[in-house]
Amino acid sequence: MKNLRIENLHASIGDREILRGLTLDLPAGQVHAIMGPNGSGKSTLAKVIAGHPDYTVTAGDVLLNGESILEMEPDERARKGVFLAFQYPSEIPGVTIANFLRAALQARLPEGEELEATDYYAKLYEKMDLLQMPRNFTSRSVNEGFSGGEKKRCEILQMAMLQPSFALLDETDSGLDIDALKVVSHGVNSLRGPDIGMLVITHYQRLLNYIVPDFVHVMVNGRIVESGTKDLALKLEAEGYDWANEQEAEPVVA
Amino acid sequence: MSDTQTQLEIDREKGNFRYDVDYEFDAGTGLTEATIDYICDVKDEPDWIREFRKDALKKFLAKPMPTHWASHDLDNIVFDNIRYYLAQGRTPKRSWDEVPEDVKRTFERLGIPEQERKFLAGVEAQFDSEAAYSNIKEAVGKQGVIFVGSTDGLKDHPEIFRKWFGKVIPTGDNKFSALNSAVFSGGSFIYVPPGVKVSHPLQAYFRINAENFGQFERTLIIADEGAEVTYMEGCTAPKFDTATLHSAVVELVALKGAKIQYITVQNWSNNVFNLVTKRGLAMEDAEIKWIDCNIGSRLTMKYPGVVMKGARARGEVISIALAGDGQHQDTGAKMIHAADDTTSNIVSKSISVGTGRATYRGLVHVPKHLKGCKNNTECDALLINQSSRTDTYPAITVRGTGNACQHEASVSQVSAEQIFYMQQRGLTEGQAMSLSVNGFVNDLVRQFPMEYSVELKRLIDLEMEGSVG
Repeated sequence: MKNLRIENLHASIGDREILRGLTLDLPAGQVHAIMGPNGSGKSTLAKVIAGHPDYTVTAGDVLLNGESILEMEPDERARKGVFLAFQYPSEIPGVTIANFLRAALQARLPEGEELEATDYYAKLYEKMDLLQMPRNFTSRSVNEGFSGGEKKRCEILQMAMLQPSFALLDETDSGLDIDALKVVSHGVNSLRGPDIGMLVITHYQRLLNYIVPDFVHVMVNGRIVESGTKDLALKLEAEGYDWANEQEAEPVVA
Repeated sequence: MSDTQTQLEIDREKGNFRYDVDYEFDAGTGLTEATIDYICDVKDEPDWIREFRKDALKKFLAKPMPTHWASHDLDNIVFDNIRYYLAQGRTPKRSWDEVPEDVKRTFERLGIPEQERKFLAGVEAQFDSEAAYSNIKEAVGKQGVIFVGSTDGLKDHPEIFRKWFGKVIPTGDNKFSALNSAVFSGGSFIYVPPGVKVSHPLQAYFRINAENFGQFERTLIIADEGAEVTYMEGCTAPKFDTATLHSAVVELVALKGAKIQYITVQNWSNNVFNLVTKRGLAMEDAEIKWIDCNIGSRLTMKYPGVVMKGARARGEVISIALAGDGQHQDTGAKMIHAADDTTSNIVSKSISVGTGRATYRGLVHVPKHLKGCKNNTECDALLINQSSRTDTYPAITVRGTGNACQHEASVSQVSAEQIFYMQQRGLTEGQAMSLSVNGFVNDLVRQFPMEYSVELKRLIDLEMEGSVG
């Protein structure tokens, strides 16, 4: 059984501890949502799992199918199936989406093996159609001059092409109008299946109307303070995060 | 990301090989009148060239090193230790079969692909100071195009050669043009008759293959009225412990309505001083475009120029420079507007890696009495490591009321966030860096012919491999 397991994770940036003993089990085939107020450490969790160099893990572990990935470079984690859809994706001037994705796929092939160009483009166009992206998108430089919605679509396009086993979607709904949200959600939903586990990070319940999670976790001050089904998201929507902040006094392990 | 900020050894094993060559003609080290007599005797040159060379020697000796504005590293060139002439036989080889085996082996190591030779209309590959191989496809020859070594050019076609030789770049233009004029050998002479459009690019490969040997090729290209030609040169050089000097002079003449495109991709080893003077003269409605890519060398000083002498002439310089660890690329462009309605365009991109330093020097000159002249200059620098350096020295003189000039410059760094983003997609740090750098120069690389852009990408990958953790 494939799973991504986060065990008692503590992580800091500089002297500041942001994750304070977070535990979460994400099996393949499930979609988990993490909700929480600003500053609770949601994005940090995603970056730490992906291996961002600014963060130091001080305790705990992240296990991918039972194997610790904390000593791995970000690219090795990625090739092993961890994907992060960034909240603020970087621009790569002069590098087209087509070339970038091609390089990323090529990096997953054994040495000496070349990506088959026609298959690649067939797959790329299929995924672009799914996300309602015009064909000329492929020749644009990655994220350069993109609108907020285009950036998020581009993240999901990459996810669709790279077929990760675990995807972390960091505030994928931020900056999206309702139409774009529907398109992106449709793209994400079409990728759901038994071979992929998703961790959807969001501040608002709105996204979870479109990407319906199997489980919802509430994160406050670097810990998960409450876990439940999608109804928990509705409770948050109705009551805000105040009750969760109170719960934080007594750490709860999900 | 701290890894990207450490300085590392750049692997340039690519050019680090050498085969023994039996040098039939060797002028010894040092430079005197006797050296020039030796060169003229061996090459069996006419007297006017002997006088031209001796006059140039005087000018070379009289001129100071330009260290009042250029790098003091120039002071490390020991002219007495340099071998000024060395040739492998006097007659350039006409067919591939006649090329010596060891020379062929060298070309193989350089990776000049077989199909490229077939594709290209004419190949003139300079091995040391004489052309070891020279061949023009019949079709080009039938059009009346002359494509020979500079020695053959001055002997066999004096009526065209003498008219323009040393006219675009006078002997005394600078210390190194004077040096080249004194001891030049090798290089190409090309003449394209009126109205002839050479469909395939003419190509030459250069490399240095003797320790302490300076290579002083001399190229003169004349496109007669309405003619069009593209010339490409590519260089790699083997690595040696002591400094090697390369000092070429390239003169282009585009007569009325003619077009010349001159493309260079250079990858000198990091002990080479590459001090080159390149200039073109564009007459009425003519167009000269320099596409210049400098990778490697210890110090490169090169500012391709266009003198727009006829109305509506156009000049363009597209320049890419990659300064690796310990290297200095001092490059740029000169645009001299000398007629009404002339336009020039300069686009320069440089990348500095490790302790590499890229300097842009641009000269744009539009005198007061002209009208309708336009210049556009863009120069962008990319710094890879904390220790990398870039400088920009634009010298723009635009006088008069009917002329326009635009200058844009930028300096950027590959951000740690960008590298993390790319790594998150599965690329190693080195691959990510390489892709970023290729992206940075992508719009310029697209202007290179296909086989050169592929080669260029490979050279950048090779340079960037060593730039990260």
